[in-house]
Amino acid sequence: MKKKLMALLLLVSLLGAVLTGCGDSSTEKASEDGQNETGSTEAVAHANEITVGIAQDLDESLDPHKAVAAGTKEVMFNVFEGLMKPTSTGDLIPAVAEDYTVSDDRMTYTFTLREGVKFHNGETVTAEDVKYSIDRCADTSEGDPLVEAFSVIQAVEILDERTVAITISEPSNEFISYMTTAILPVDYDQQDTAPVGTGPFKFVSRTAQDSIVLEKFDEYWGTPAYLDKVTYKIIENADSIMMSLQSGAIDMFAHLTSTQVAQLGDDFYVEEGTMNLVQALYLNNAEKPFDDVRVRQALCYAVDKQAIIDLAFDGYGSPIGSSMYPAFGKYFDDSLTNHYTKDIEKAKSLLAEAGYPDGFEMTITVPSNYQPHIDTAQVLVEQLKEINVTAKIELVEWGTWLSDVYAGRQYQSTVVGVDASNMTARALLERFTSTAGNNFINYSDADYDALFAQAQACYDDAEQTGIYKEMLTNLTENAANVYIQDLADLVAVRKGLEGLNFYPIYVLDLSTVRWAE
Amino acid sequence: MKYAVKRIAMLLLTMVIVSFLAFAAFDLISGNPAEIMLGTQATPEKVAALEEAMGLNRPFLVRYGEWLIGFFTGDLGTSYSYHQPVWDLIAPKVLVTLCLSVLSFLLIAVISIPLGLRSAGRAGGRLDGLSTALNQLCMAVPPFFTGILLTWVFSTILRWFTHGKFPGLSEDFWGAVKYMLFAAVSIAIPRIAMTGRMMRSTVQAEMQKDYVRTAISRGNDRSSVLYRHVLKNALVPVVTFLAQTMAEIVAGSIVVEQVFAIPGLGRLLVASISNRDYPVVQAIVVILALWVVLAGTVADLINQRIDPRLRLGGGS
Repeated sequence: MKKKLMALLLLVSLLGAVLTGCGDSSTEKASEDGQNETGSTEAVAHANEITVGIAQDLDESLDPHKAVAAGTKEVMFNVFEGLMKPTSTGDLIPAVAEDYTVSDDRMTYTFTLREGVKFHNGETVTAEDVKYSIDRCADTSEGDPLVEAFSVIQAVEILDERTVAITISEPSNEFISYMTTAILPVDYDQQDTAPVGTGPFKFVSRTAQDSIVLEKFDEYWGTPAYLDKVTYKIIENADSIMMSLQSGAIDMFAHLTSTQVAQLGDDFYVEEGTMNLVQALYLNNAEKPFDDVRVRQALCYAVDKQAIIDLAFDGYGSPIGSSMYPAFGKYFDDSLTNHYTKDIEKAKSLLAEAGYPDGFEMTITVPSNYQPHIDTAQVLVEQLKEINVTAKIELVEWGTWLSDVYAGRQYQSTVVGVDASNMTARALLERFTSTAGNNFINYSDADYDALFAQAQACYDDAEQTGIYKEMLTNLTENAANVYIQDLADLVAVRKGLEGLNFYPIYVLDLSTVRWAE
Repeated sequence: MKYAVKRIAMLLLTMVIVSFLAFAAFDLISGNPAEIMLGTQATPEKVAALEEAMGLNRPFLVRYGEWLIGFFTGDLGTSYSYHQPVWDLIAPKVLVTLCLSVLSFLLIAVISIPLGLRSAGRAGGRLDGLSTALNQLCMAVPPFFTGILLTWVFSTILRWFTHGKFPGLSEDFWGAVKYMLFAAVSIAIPRIAMTGRMMRSTVQAEMQKDYVRTAISRGNDRSSVLYRHVLKNALVPVVTFLAQTMAEIVAGSIVVEQVFAIPGLGRLLVASISNRDYPVVQAIVVILALWVVLAGTVADLINQRIDPRLRLGGGS
């Protein structure tokens, strides 16, 4: 009897402890919830801050000249600025510089610095800081320069306290695009862990594998940020991401899948941007049977882009027809998107002409860590069956893909997304010139090469844009690849938040985000 | 005294061996921290320059020796990934993981022992089959699954805690403990089932022994025999088992921390391994080794208090 009593007592006391513990938290949370509810109806009640979930930690140097991960650049875009900075429409506007002039030989760029631009440590940006930042990126003492494109820089001269002249070794129309590289204070050696820039937000802290905190920079020269504080919370686990969104711990999360979006509750709305990738069935143009333009065109006629987007991506995604994505408004030519509309008969007759009346077998090599590409490949396999082409998917590790497909060019076809390293058409199109080191599809077309050379020699922006568009048409007409889509970037945003802008590059600008009035 | 010195020497030796093995393992597997740091921008020249700067091109033993000297002089080095002193990086996380482990352990010890005793007393009863089945179920459920389930019920539906909003230990200790309680429960459930089952079988085995029969036949109350004599004897293997559990809790917390988004050592360890961030990995491995060895030592000491015969064995 005593034994039973004791066991019972223990159990009851334990349960009691657990329940009181939870009871406390439940009342506390209830009051918090109450706050949230009033907050979403009358925005005034919100603390002027948000928590943004990100799937990857910034586990590298925070020095913008050294950081390599796209995820790091995405966050630090809010902290750093260059002489120029990109806008959400794909243009470049002066930032730390106020204005610039280009010499007649197009080899000297002279920047006038904006007056009174402050670093986050309170100091004013000087010509020395600019020279230091540019020199640092162009420095070749440790092999290649920190910023590849800076290898053309010959000299950086301080003309007076607000003027800096940069001389380059060959005329270039696109050099200005590289001037988005961050300007850093000259005598500061803590950039790795406590970065200092000139952006609308200043860096506050980083807790490894947990969070990054940014705060509004009050002395920002331009339009100040609306939010006082942004906390980036690192959540890698897919279940944890959904539960944190539903529990209210996170206000915004980018790069979600359509399945995740479908699970979001009523507290969120979805902003659809673009990932700024050219997703395609990339074909090895040097490999049989893809060395025949008719075969490549046949594949283009066999593939229904919209069906892929509907089936594998729940309708999210923008179909494309060449190596350019819609966010690059200036160069994007929508008429190319439907250059090939699904036409099985035409595809079959093209195949017959090319000597494959009964179709053929092919292999699609796909990196195994990118589910969107795998999903796309699976739909492609089904669509190609209609023209008697039997495709087989081969999944490889990312490292293997890099060495075999990208560097080694030992493959038949692959589904991946190709992005632009900076905001120039050149970044997307140079790779298809016959001599380019990263021309992994072995595309070789004399007209294309000639057009590219012409574009490089051209200094009139409108004319150059026209030439780039011709290059895009060339790729489409020769069916260099089976172009599919620019993947959708789905961002869950808590209701009441507004002002999110998408950029044609991989960044998440929070300076315009605000709680609705 | 002599015994204590011997134990401490053993402890240090174990840690040095563990750290050496971890260091060696990293030297053998592929993956170069310099290459990983440079990512897609790596060129052979850049990698070589960075290796030189990081001292990675020196012989293995020299690097290990340097690390060991640093460790004993209190310098754990600087993280390759975060460019921060390792100790600053891991100190707050050690505390979080420690708290989570202790909480889980308390739950296990406090619930499983009485539960085991009670079910031993009830063996063969009407509900015995049911409790055995329940026990099997609890043992089989992996902590990450329980974790997801608990979050769904207590965070998403009941809103007893806000998943993903872990209050810092130093800012709101009790809030953090409350948050961790749910994670601790999901770690504890299978362990409670195992320990309880073990308790039950050792008690049952003990109850069959002659001294128990004698004691009861002499007119002692059954339950007083259970608590005064049987419990002491039955506890020895259970305490040893709990010490092992302590080690496994730490392993379990690595997974559960991810499910509950608790900023403990687990995620940092996993990320540091894939980044080949040796200084961080070494420090965490040594801390975990210390933890496991300490748990074993404490269990030995407790067992000696329970059963003095063990003291002779340990001292000689």
